Amino acid sequence: MKTYLPARFLVERNAERCIRCKVCTNQCSFDVHSYDSEEDCIQSREENCVGCHRCVIFCPTRAITIRKNPLEYRENYNWRPEVIEDIIKQAETGGVLLTGMGDDKAQRIYWDHLVLNASQVTNPSIDPLREPMELTTFLGRKPDRVELSDDLSLKTEIAPQVKLEVPVMFAAMSYGAVSLHVQESLARAATEAGTLWNTGEGGLHPRLYKYGKNTIVQVASGRFGVHAEYLNAGAVVEIKIGQGAKPGIGGHLPGEKVSAEVSRTRMIPEGTDALSPAPQHDIYSIEDLSQLIYALKEATNYTKPISVKIAAVHNSAAIASGIVRAGADIVVLDGLRGATGAAPKVIRDNVGIPIEMALASVDARLRQEGIRNQASIVISGGIRSAGDVAKAIALGADAVNIGTAALIALGCTVCQQCHTGKCAWGICTSDLFLTKRINPDIGAERVYNLLRGWSVELKDIMGGLGVNAVESLRGNRHHLRGIGLTDTELNILGVQMAGS
Amino acid sequence: MKKLNLVQNPYQDDKVIDACSIFGVMDTSGRRFSGEGITRAIANMHMRGNGLGGGFAVYGLYPDYVDHYAFHIMYLNPCAKTDTEAFLKDHFDTVHAERIPTRPTPAITNPPLMWRYFLDIGKRRLEDLTEDDYVVNRVMEINTRVADAFVFSSGKNMGVFKGVGYPEDISEFFRLEEYEGYLWTSHGRFPTNTPGWWGGAHPFNILDWTVVHNGEISSYGINRRHLEQFGYFCTMQTDTEVIAYAVDLLIRKHKLPFEIVAKIMASPFWADIDREPEKEKKLYRTLRQVYGSLLMNGPFTIIIAHQGEMVGLTDRIRLRPLTVGVKGDMLFLSSEEASIRLICPDLEKAWIPVGGEPIIARLKTKSPKPVSAKKVTVRAD
Repeated sequence: MKTYLPARFLVERNAERCIRCKVCTNQCSFDVHSYDSEEDCIQSREENCVGCHRCVIFCPTRAITIRKNPLEYRENYNWRPEVIEDIIKQAETGGVLLTGMGDDKAQRIYWDHLVLNASQVTNPSIDPLREPMELTTFLGRKPDRVELSDDLSLKTEIAPQVKLEVPVMFAAMSYGAVSLHVQESLARAATEAGTLWNTGEGGLHPRLYKYGKNTIVQVASGRFGVHAEYLNAGAVVEIKIGQGAKPGIGGHLPGEKVSAEVSRTRMIPEGTDALSPAPQHDIYSIEDLSQLIYALKEATNYTKPISVKIAAVHNSAAIASGIVRAGADIVVLDGLRGATGAAPKVIRDNVGIPIEMALASVDARLRQEGIRNQASIVISGGIRSAGDVAKAIALGADAVNIGTAALIALGCTVCQQCHTGKCAWGICTSDLFLTKRINPDIGAERVYNLLRGWSVELKDIMGGLGVNAVESLRGNRHHLRGIGLTDTELNILGVQMAGS
Repeated sequence: MKKLNLVQNPYQDDKVIDACSIFGVMDTSGRRFSGEGITRAIANMHMRGNGLGGGFAVYGLYPDYVDHYAFHIMYLNPCAKTDTEAFLKDHFDTVHAERIPTRPTPAITNPPLMWRYFLDIGKRRLEDLTEDDYVVNRVMEINTRVADAFVFSSGKNMGVFKGVGYPEDISEFFRLEEYEGYLWTSHGRFPTNTPGWWGGAHPFNILDWTVVHNGEISSYGINRRHLEQFGYFCTMQTDTEVIAYAVDLLIRKHKLPFEIVAKIMASPFWADIDREPEKEKKLYRTLRQVYGSLLMNGPFTIIIAHQGEMVGLTDRIRLRPLTVGVKGDMLFLSSEEASIRLICPDLEKAWIPVGGEPIIARLKTKSPKPVSAKKVTVRAD
């Protein structure tokens, strides 16, 4: 069948600059560039171009420019080019449209409608270059009070806590979805920065066990790679119920990505599809979740906090309250913009709620019920900068997870081709030719640098607000104001309008 | 229902912002002395206030009524007095009632009517409430429900005198040189976002606890939300209110001594905690993990007092001033050293405590509570 899909991008090659070195033909994993030896020139198959800019960055003579194809349809607000092209794709394949990364639609990004406060006159701002500025955060269940004996020694023994030097962790990205080099980069950066990375649902490769005390090990519906040694290797065990990119949907790692090493780590035969069911088949209600939480606590001898991750959906507040009462020490909320290695596009772009709203309502609900101390709240899904982190903390988060931002630090340009397994940047692929493009020495440094930059910025923001410890910003919505929001939105966020 | 926050905070800002002078003096032997000295001391810091609030707290004030709750109540009109007295009659036995003596003072204009009542709970059934909780609830009822009446002092054998004016004028108005107490605190106020009203001046009081406060708590938003989980609702929207509620929660309900409360409200830095011996490290770490939301962050100096104890504390990087002076049994706390030296020229020693280090003065006649926190406690004995 002839495809009616037009090329998304135009590849422009400056003939005077091109030296026919073939770097682009080697770098492109989507077969856009090819060398024509008869004509001694490079040809382009523009219909294959995904706009990842790998060739642009690596062309030694900067001969390549990638432009959007200015293919002009007749203006129509409803039948936009993306809509037309999606229909064309389905007419030609009859399948579910798959995509990678997070929701790219224009739903309101509330971070952009929130602004932070600063001290002027009546309270001094604090200069983080001169004064201590503390980002240290402990995740885990806390009691409401501390009891002391007469000699002021502790009578209260608190539940296991995990320490973060910076309240930013790496979101769950499994081995298989991303390469081992990517996981190693994240694990080393987390160790260097004093934070945690997350195995996702793919087990823990033996090479990464040494980063265990900076690792969250995940238990998801497929239970891939879960065994006693794995559970005890990490600092936190996370039960994954849902994911922001695909709430209510399971996962599917295609067999071609299940290499020998992936097979060993996931404990499944090489080349077989790894299917994660939509629900966990032993969790059909809250009491089942509670059983799994306590089973994992037993398995780890009550030495580690147990985290439960859910996608942000309409009744997140009530669900989160149940999760805390079921015994979870950490609740992770993954919002509408949470990313994925592969998800049905219709789910990614249409299901779930913005993380800002979910966070605000969960934090408020747990406080109304007087159980906010009993669990830490971690959020993820589209966090882009230290500004977003500060706003999330002020809304009530203990810490945030970043996935896409960390991958961008490694080279990702958000071309949304993760599901193809052909990532030209060597991130979201298990093709050994491509995965070696990530050097963990350099990768760890790039990701660590990002965290360092954000933590310096967080300290600047906090100092400007006049607080020198992150716990004084956490849940402190007085330091937020809204811009361009309705009364209902402000009410849910628990913040006032700018100027009031 | 009366919206106290509308009186206190007419523009409905996040919270009331003000700066101040504060002074406290205690004779730890329990000897009582007049308000003449502290008036001179606080007047010496005239420039730190703007005349929109001044006040004093006195302990050991009513030796003839030591077992009775002494309510100081301000009335904006005679009707409020009738309503309040009817309420008091229903809920307390009134042992004695009188108008608080005042003298006409040129600087004090339009004062409310001031009365004091010595009250007993009598044989009333409290169900599962303690006597103190019963009294707190009644004070809250009067302050939020009875129009134009405000209880500004409700402890035993102590009293608060405050109003709109410079503290020295308030002292003259209330004739404080005629009273004696073993512990006095005082406050001169510089509010920036409120016109000032008589009830809004410091000291802030509930039962026999008083707080005078200089500063602005930048962590107010989370302190307040945390306290709401324990049933404290900040109706006045002042920093002082969250400090008072935090102290009530930690000391009265969670039974922690002030040495520990200081480690919560002005907690040591993690780097300092890591340098402590194992036992202290674990204690301070646990306190911060559990009570992080009650860290009072931002500039403050407070003097908190209750029967037999006076405590001075600054925020952990000391963004507001506090000087301590000691002579014999006398311990002085002040925003400025000059004010201490003015009334006690021959101080034995004076120093500026490290940020977050509590200065605790306790009455010697009461058996002191066990204290292990070394170097953080300075007693005047």
